[in-house]
Amino acid sequence: MRRILLGGAGLLGFVAVWHLVPTLGLVGPEYLPYPAEVFAWLAQELRDLAFWRRLRLTMTSWAIGLAMATLAAVVLGTAVGTVPFLRRATHTTVEFLRPVPSVALIPLAVLMFGLQMRAALFIIVYAAFWQVFVQVIYGVADIDTVARDTARSFGLTRRERLRYLVLPTALPYLMTGLRLAAAVALILAVTAEMVIGNPGLGRSIELSRSAGDAVGVYGLVVVTGLLGLLVNAMFRFVERRSLAWHQSVRSEEAR
Amino acid sequence: MTAARRSPATRIAVNAAFALGLPVLIVVLWGLWSARSANRFLVGPLAVLDAFRRTWIGPAFADDVLPSLSRLALGLLASIVLGVAAGVVIGRLRRLRELLEPLLEFFRAIPPPVLIPVVMLLLGITGTTKVVIIVSGAIWPILLNTIDGVRSTDSVMTETADSFRIPRWQRLWSVVLPAASPRIMTGVRQAMSVALILMVISEMFASSSGLGYRIAYFQRNYLVAEMWSGILLLGLIGVALAVVFGLVERRVLRWYHGMREATHA
Repeated sequence: MRRILLGGAGLLGFVAVWHLVPTLGLVGPEYLPYPAEVFAWLAQELRDLAFWRRLRLTMTSWAIGLAMATLAAVVLGTAVGTVPFLRRATHTTVEFLRPVPSVALIPLAVLMFGLQMRAALFIIVYAAFWQVFVQVIYGVADIDTVARDTARSFGLTRRERLRYLVLPTALPYLMTGLRLAAAVALILAVTAEMVIGNPGLGRSIELSRSAGDAVGVYGLVVVTGLLGLLVNAMFRFVERRSLAWHQSVRSEEAR
Repeated sequence: MTAARRSPATRIAVNAAFALGLPVLIVVLWGLWSARSANRFLVGPLAVLDAFRRTWIGPAFADDVLPSLSRLALGLLASIVLGVAAGVVIGRLRRLRELLEPLLEFFRAIPPPVLIPVVMLLLGITGTTKVVIIVSGAIWPILLNTIDGVRSTDSVMTETADSFRIPRWQRLWSVVLPAASPRIMTGVRQAMSVALILMVISEMFASSSGLGYRIAYFQRNYLVAEMWSGILLLGLIGVALAVVFGLVERRVLRWYHGMREATHA
């Protein structure tokens, strides 16, 4: 209760400081508009169908990109994680490709796909893929040796081993990877729209900026922040539900 | 084990084959594919290497690469100093932490590149703008991880420090910061990739020099091999950063890894 009150006070305090800065003339209101203006703009946008359409476009490329990246990462990660030969053979390639900043590929994506959503998807998939892939490899490698030997001596088939041995071990890792990938995919979805110019919230920010519409810029920044919070909360919830049986969640609940 | 029976020379050769096999295979396939393909956006590895030499080795290195890298280094350094300092203060004061928590969570949730237009509105377009842009995105993971790390300092250690009346500064230096350092390093690792992204994008947006600007320029003018060479250079920078970070982390957290090995053994 006290935490909620204090946290709310913190947010209010921030808005108050934000209001004071242009009032005292520290920064001109054309560069930092009053919070009341931004909230009024937000209230108006929320009733505008065009705003929701842009939001839907951004979230569509986010969802498709995340799904493609997750699928590819789970399949490849499981294969690479379970076969020692593949793991050794791909190690250097992965270590080189993983740190390549995904935004460096934007010009390449534009050349290959044009100023389209597909160019944005390419960037999103690249960035989100590594988050899941690395976690899946860790997860698959983390299988308890006793459990593995037990499964072997009971003669579990390959499919049974995947279902009862690999999946439960790797699931917590996969969920961590998914949560990280969801956040990264959102960042890249918005960034791609800003740089490539495929329609969505990111492009609106860029258009507001070049039109000198400061209120719009700040309003959209608030929207993307809220989206980020929402995505994060959603994946934390999914993580908790799907790992309710797992030690890390169980011991937290017990506290 | 069969590996133990092999001679050291064969072992080294096998390791080298594993390390280089796939990269070499990829480059060869890339070369064959680009030689057969009619797609002019696909250029071969030799052309890229040649463009790399022409484009980046020479004056362009001092004009475009060094300024970008120094902004990156400056931005990261400022993020670490500010993030750790603020994180220690906020982590130690419970009331302050509860006051700021939702606000900080919100700032971390904002996709960092959308802060570029905001910083540009507030500061205009200057050299410092780009450093501020990097800090505005890279500081949050460091700050929040430091807060968590400071908060979860082992209570036995703080109580021991209390009963020995260790002075405040010494306690900060020899109890709080080491205890928080694994989390701080996690934050720095996340901040590094954010900083690199922001370096590139801020230059694509608001610049007439720098790596990001160059790559965007090559793309707009269909200088495909040069563009690939820029991507290659950014990749090399990313890898170099990861390697440097790995070395620093191993040095800073040597006691931590040692302790974990000891408890696992």
